[in-house]
Amino acid sequence: MASRPQVARRPPTAGVNLSLNNPTIRAILYQIVVVGAVGLVIWYLVSNTIENLETRRIATGFGFLDREAGLPIGESLIPYSPADTYARALFVGLLNTLRVALIGIVLATLLGTIVGIARLSSNWLVAQAARVYVEMLRNLPLLLQLLFWWTLFRDLFPGPRQALAPLPGVFLSNRGVQLPAILWQPGYGYVLGAFVVGVGAALAVRRWAKRRQALTGQQFPVLWTSLALIFGVPGITFLAIGAPFALERPELRGFNFAGGMTLTPEFAALLIGLVTYTAAFIAEIVRSGILAVNQGQWEAALALGLRRGQVLRLVVLPQALRVIVPPTTSQYLNLTKNSSLAVAIGYPDIVSVANTTLNQTGQAIEGIAIIMAVYLTISLSISAFMNWYNRHIALVER
Amino acid sequence: MGQERRVHASGTTFITGKGDMKYLGLVAAGAALMIATAAPASAQQSTLDAVKSKGFLQCGVNTGLPGFSAPDSQGVWRGLDVDLCRAVAAAVLGDANKVRFTPLTAQQRFTALQSGEVDILSRNTTWTMSRDASLGIDFVGVNFYDGQGFMVPRKLGVKSAKELNGASVCVQPGTTTELNLTDYFRANNMQFTPVVIEKLEEVTGAYFAGRCDVYTTDVSGLASTRMAQAPNPNDHVILPEVISKEPLGPSVRQGDDRWADIVKWSFYAMLEAEELGLTSKNIDEHMNSQNPAIQRFVGATGDFGKMLGIDNKWAYNIIKQVGNYAESYERNIAPLGIERGINKLWKDGGLMYPMPIR
Repeated sequence: MASRPQVARRPPTAGVNLSLNNPTIRAILYQIVVVGAVGLVIWYLVSNTIENLETRRIATGFGFLDREAGLPIGESLIPYSPADTYARALFVGLLNTLRVALIGIVLATLLGTIVGIARLSSNWLVAQAARVYVEMLRNLPLLLQLLFWWTLFRDLFPGPRQALAPLPGVFLSNRGVQLPAILWQPGYGYVLGAFVVGVGAALAVRRWAKRRQALTGQQFPVLWTSLALIFGVPGITFLAIGAPFALERPELRGFNFAGGMTLTPEFAALLIGLVTYTAAFIAEIVRSGILAVNQGQWEAALALGLRRGQVLRLVVLPQALRVIVPPTTSQYLNLTKNSSLAVAIGYPDIVSVANTTLNQTGQAIEGIAIIMAVYLTISLSISAFMNWYNRHIALVER
Repeated sequence: MGQERRVHASGTTFITGKGDMKYLGLVAAGAALMIATAAPASAQQSTLDAVKSKGFLQCGVNTGLPGFSAPDSQGVWRGLDVDLCRAVAAAVLGDANKVRFTPLTAQQRFTALQSGEVDILSRNTTWTMSRDASLGIDFVGVNFYDGQGFMVPRKLGVKSAKELNGASVCVQPGTTTELNLTDYFRANNMQFTPVVIEKLEEVTGAYFAGRCDVYTTDVSGLASTRMAQAPNPNDHVILPEVISKEPLGPSVRQGDDRWADIVKWSFYAMLEAEELGLTSKNIDEHMNSQNPAIQRFVGATGDFGKMLGIDNKWAYNIIKQVGNYAESYERNIAPLGIERGINKLWKDGGLMYPMPIR
């Protein structure tokens, strides 16, 4: 009886109570057990798989990546031929995925913002049209929409020999849209450099104008100056080097068009499908973001004498963005992941290439692992960027 | 007061601690069980026993290739590959209708067989060395000797595959077709634009819509597609060049030799019956035949069925219920307008040569 009060008086940190009575010890023990159990399950699955693969004599490992692929890929951003390795074929697929995802994200954001604002328009017709758009597109399965766009391209346009030519050098056929390509000239490096300089100068002017306004209250036409710098500087450089310019026009040779740039029906269908579908969701996010800003903010800002454009830009949008950005991030991730539906319409994205690879080599586990690693990396990168942006626009409490 | 409360608290802690100890023991037991089950994971039930106990054969076939495997207007699967599955079901279960079909795309087929989703893969699959050696499957025979060809719309005026430089070519991924195609164009120093689409209906649809100039697959597949899907079959020409050997045959999982034997001999039985002149119509008349080869075939003498672990009337059941190879060919492939050609029996100048049943 006498010892008990002594135990109780001991300060909790000094104790070296190693029995299960100690909550800290217990907590650690549970963690070890749980981690151990999870580890065992993983070990069981992995070892069982390896054993089964061995008994069935199915090849394993990533050695196939160095072998010649022999598989044809319809479109590629880098030079590729079937004589290249599987690793390069997969890289081509990865670039194709990134291409459609990045362009898709930019276009879906633009279209979604426009439709979202249109839904709030006081013009009845515009608001209803936007509403019909949103309700139609977000309630139809994406795969169906992709097949729709692809079939439309395939069946609506004539063959290459009867191609429509709406503009000189532009052809529309069921092989896609052929555009003239601008050929790279030796002086274009300077023009590109001038563009970078122009952007840098515009940013500097903006900073200077902001500081001056804060100090003196005087305003400066930043927008016009910036546009002049960004487009004027490279424009003058272009003229200074003698305006070299050459177009490579697509020509019908044999079965297909050769030369110029090609926008294939598969890419076009995938891009249009992803953009219009995702834009419907982004539109609703934008609408909710704008509605989330209290009407009083508008009134107060107008009362301060700001113009409507300024109210939107300086007061409403910064607040709305804080509501808009997190759910939009999910939509960007969805768009990227949905791009894997490309396999249904024959666009050679990473899933399509990896699927063929795993089929030719028979190494399904490795192929699926590559696909998962690719999407995980892309998705986490997008998340990281959007989280950074979200922190950037978050309300700074002073 | 504070002391008492502390004592009380420690008491309850002790009790819960004991409860958690029990739980801990449970987890440990579970983990031990897992270790125990992990060890003998490789011991598998034989396919024959599995098929017998579930009472039906699971057969992987093409999603829809008339002549080889396609559902008819009543939803019944018909075709040369389908008949092979029915033959195995007749041999093993005594009933050719105890088959369930799993339609598989070119990309799904090997995984479906490897994972045990199907018992046989009978899906116009080319027997190649890399597939035989590295996929964990075994090919057991060739039920159709084929070769890869090209089909083009007649109005293009193309006469030879050598004129196809620059063409857009529709092709299914994950096939030997895809690899032969690149080989052929590389060997002839020609360029092409591939349009690679997984689903058969989509890829043929793309060809007929004019998305590609050329559709390439096995010649039998071209004929089948042209017959079944072209609005006017005469508008499309199959070019004379056959650019590859495509021995199409059934395959089973590697490591189950008994099952491989059953499938192999079920197919040989269909050929042997043709050689012996046995058909689904006349086999009953031959039950009392004096020909020793026929006696062995119908199970009147010998233990050939028992050697495989199946009914001794296995071959009789196959021929009675499914028919011999010639009957299956006439029923399925001949309507596509494909000559028997190299798929004739060896004694008629073809490549079909059943190993002797004795």
